[in-house]
Amino acid sequence: MKKEWKWGTENDYYVRTAGWSPPGDHPVGCGMILHVKDGKLVGVEGDEEHPINNGRLCIRCLSLPEYVHHPQRIIYPMKRAGERGENKWIRITWDEALDTIEKRTKEIIAKYGSESIVVFQGTGREATQHSYALASAVFKTPNAVYAQSGWSCYGPRLAVDAFVFGGGYPEIDYAAMFEDRYDNPNYRVPEYIVLWGKSPLASNPDGFYGHSLIDMYKRGAKFITVDPRVNWLATRSEYHLQLRPGTDAAMALGWLNVIINEDLVDHDFVDNWTIGFDELAKRVQEYPPERVAEITWVPAETIKAAARAFAKARSAGIQWGLAIDAQPNGVQAAHAIICLLALTGNIDVPGGNILGPSHSLLGNWRFNEAGAELSEELRNKRIGQEYPGVLMTCPTAHPDSILDTLETDKPYPLRMAFISSSNFMAPTCSAQPKRWYKAMKEKMEFVVATDIFMNPTINACADIFLPVATFAEKDAIVFPHFGRNTQVMSAINKALTVGEAKSDLEITRLLGLRLNPSFWKEQTDAEFFTDRLADGDSGITFEMLREMGAYAPPNEYRKYEKGKLRPDGEPGFRTVTGFIELCSSLYPNFDEDPLPYFVEPPYSPVSTPELFEKYPLIMTSGARRFSSFHSEHRQIKSLRAIDPWPEIEIHPDTAAAYGIKNGDWVEVENMFGSARLKAKVTPIVHPKVVMCSHGWWYPEQDGAEPNLYGVWKSNINNLIPHKHVGKIGYGAPYKCMICRIRKADGVGIEY
Amino acid sequence: MAQYGLMINYEYCTGCHSCEFACRNEKNLSHEEWGIKMVELGPWKQGGKIEWNYMAIPTELCDVCKDRIAAGKKPACVHHCLAFCLDYGTIDELKAKLAEGDHKVILFVP
Repeated sequence: MKKEWKWGTENDYYVRTAGWSPPGDHPVGCGMILHVKDGKLVGVEGDEEHPINNGRLCIRCLSLPEYVHHPQRIIYPMKRAGERGENKWIRITWDEALDTIEKRTKEIIAKYGSESIVVFQGTGREATQHSYALASAVFKTPNAVYAQSGWSCYGPRLAVDAFVFGGGYPEIDYAAMFEDRYDNPNYRVPEYIVLWGKSPLASNPDGFYGHSLIDMYKRGAKFITVDPRVNWLATRSEYHLQLRPGTDAAMALGWLNVIINEDLVDHDFVDNWTIGFDELAKRVQEYPPERVAEITWVPAETIKAAARAFAKARSAGIQWGLAIDAQPNGVQAAHAIICLLALTGNIDVPGGNILGPSHSLLGNWRFNEAGAELSEELRNKRIGQEYPGVLMTCPTAHPDSILDTLETDKPYPLRMAFISSSNFMAPTCSAQPKRWYKAMKEKMEFVVATDIFMNPTINACADIFLPVATFAEKDAIVFPHFGRNTQVMSAINKALTVGEAKSDLEITRLLGLRLNPSFWKEQTDAEFFTDRLADGDSGITFEMLREMGAYAPPNEYRKYEKGKLRPDGEPGFRTVTGFIELCSSLYPNFDEDPLPYFVEPPYSPVSTPELFEKYPLIMTSGARRFSSFHSEHRQIKSLRAIDPWPEIEIHPDTAAAYGIKNGDWVEVENMFGSARLKAKVTPIVHPKVVMCSHGWWYPEQDGAEPNLYGVWKSNINNLIPHKHVGKIGYGAPYKCMICRIRKADGVGIEY
Repeated sequence: MAQYGLMINYEYCTGCHSCEFACRNEKNLSHEEWGIKMVELGPWKQGGKIEWNYMAIPTELCDVCKDRIAAGKKPACVHHCLAFCLDYGTIDELKAKLAEGDHKVILFVP
C-alpha cells in the first residue's frame, strides 16, 4: 500500500486507517481514508489499496461522521448526580473520575476482597481484547464475564475447536493470506461453501469479510445453506436445508451417516490424522437420513444430496456460526461439523477450512502475562467451578453462575462492576435481563461503565461513565478472529481527538498504573502494540505496520504435516493425542459423551409437547442487519431510517391464522416473558417458526426508570430462560425457544 | 466527454445500501434525498421457490459522478458497493460487457 498514511495540511488532512470499533463491528479491518477538516471528521472513503475490502465499505463506516460527532455522544467523564436510574449526570474531570475509581476500588477490595469485582465485556468490539487484563492485571479479580447465558457467542466454537483439533476457528479459505488474493496460483476457490447457521454478509463474523462470499460466488463457488430461514444467500444456494431451529447436531450426524455409509471418506486423511473413526462410524448409524428428516423437517433426499455434494467436491468448506453456539446441543453440533471437515480432508487445504498462522497478537500477553497477576488463590475463586470445561477454555467466569452468585452471595458477594462497553440488559446478551437488572441494582455498591452513548444498562446501575474513543480516534491493530486465525492484520491510525474520549486500552492502562503499577508501563497505545508485535515472531513494529497498512503474517497450507501447529514441532494437531479427535479423549473428564449426539432443545414440540400446545410456535432470533451492530446504532438517524423498528418475521399462513397483518404490532410471549415487535409477514420463515429482531431499545425515549429507554418493551431475551445450558456449560437456547403471538398495541412512541 | 452509464448486476446485489450512503456523502445529500436508491423485489414464493432480488436504481440526481471520473476515480457507488455488482463505463464499453452474457444485468444511462 501507499507509503504515507497521513497527508494534507494541519487543518485539512487525510488519514489512512482500518475499521474495528467503536462503532461496533467485528475485526475485519476494512481499509479507509478519513478526511479531517478543522478538527472534524468530514469524509470517509474506502481504500482501494486494502487487500481485503478493496475500497468497499458498509453503511456503518460510511455513516461514521454522523456517529463520531453525534449530539448525544458523551465525550467527557461523568458522575451520577441523582439516584441510579434517574438519568441525572454531571461532567467531571478525568482526574476526579480516576481518583474516585481508585479510592472506591481500594475500599471494596479491603471490605470484600478483589474477587468481589466483576468486569463485564461485550462482544465484537476491541474492548473485549482488554477486558481480561482489566480484570486480572488491574482489579486482580478472576471474574471477567461475558454475560450471555451459556457464553453463547464464539466461546463455544473456540472451545470445541480446542477440544477436538487443538484450537483456532478454522475459517473458510478466502485467499486472505495472499497479496494477490484469489489470483494466487496456490489458491483454489471452494467448490462448495456450506453456510451453517451463519449469514456473514451483514455480520462479518469474527473478522471474516462477509462479501468475500460474493467474490467467491462470482468465481464459481456454490453455496449450501443450512438455516431455518430462506435468507438472501439461501436464494443463491444450490441446496437450502430449512431445518427446525436447534436440530443442527442431528443434521450434521445425518450428513456423517451418508458420508460414512456411502464411503465418501478421505481415508488417507482419516487414517493419518484422526482418531476415533470406528466409534464415530458406529454412532452415526443411529442417525439415518430418514430419522434425521423427521427430527429436522428437511426431506431425507435433500439431506443425502447435500451431504454427497459436499463430500464429493474437490474442495469445500463449512462456516458455522452463532446459531450453533446459541443452543445447549451446540457443542455436539460443532463437533459433528468438524468431523465432516476431517472426514473429507478439508482441513488446512486450498479451498477448504484453513487454520491461522501460529502468531497470535495479544494472546500471550492478555492470557499468560496478565493472567499471572492473579494469585493461585484468586484464580481458584473464579465463579463457575461447576463448569470446568468452560473455565479451562475461557479466561472468564461462567455467566450463568455469575448471576446465581449475584442473587445469592454464594460462594461470596459480588459488589463492584466495571462494565467495559457492554449494554448487556438490552436484548443481545443476557438471558432473563430483568433478573440481572434487579441483582445489579440490589447488590452492586460501585459501578463504572465505559461507552460512547448513554444506554439502559449504564443508566440503571452505573455511578461513573467514562467516554470511549471511536476507532477514528486511536492507534491500534485490528486482527481477524481476535488473533485465533489472523490471516491479515491492519493498522488503525488515529485521525482526530473528540472531546476527552480515550481508547479502551488507554483507560485500562490509566487504571492499571494506579491500581497495579508494577505490571503497567507509561506508554502510548502505539508503543504498547509494538511491544505486543515483539512478543511474536513477525519482526515488525507498529510504525512499520502503519506504513504497510496491512500485513499478512507468514502462513501456509497443511501446517499439520510440517509440525507447524504443535509447540513441540511434531507433525499433527495441538490436541492431547496429536490427532483430530473424532471421539474426544477430553469429554469424559466433563462427564460428557465423547462422541457427538443429538438432544432435543429444552423446550420444543418433542421435549415439551404440553407446553407446545400452549406456545405452538418455535422462536428464533438474532438475524443480523447492515444497519446496526447488535444493540448499537439505534440513535444514528440515517441507519435507523433503514430499520426503524424491531421485527418479528411470520409466515403468511400463520399471520392469517392469527389475524395479523404486515406492520401490526405483535406481542410474543412464553412462560418466561414477553416482548413487542412489528410484524413482517414473509414467506422466508417456516409456518411454525418466527424470527425476532434482537438488540432493541429506544434512545429517543425517556431514559429514566422505569422506562429506561424502553429497554423492556421489545426485549426478546425476556423469553430466554436462565441456565438452560449444555453439559459442559456452553450454549443456551437463544435461537430455539417456543412462544405464542397475538396482535397488540405499539410501544408507546412515534419515531 | 463520452456518455457514461452504470451497469447493475442484480444477481449479486445483497441489499447492503452502501451505494445510497456513498452517493449521499459524495453529493452532500440530506437523509431524505437519493442519488441512487436500492429497491427490494420479493421475497416472493413463486415457481415453487423463493425469489428475492435487490436492485439499485439511480435517480435524476445521478451524473455517474462525472467529477470523480474526471479525477480518475470510480463513481462513489461503484467504489463502495460491497458486492461489486455495480460497474461503470462509456456506453460502448458497457454494451461490450453486456454482450459477455451475464444474466440479470441492467444498463442505466442518465
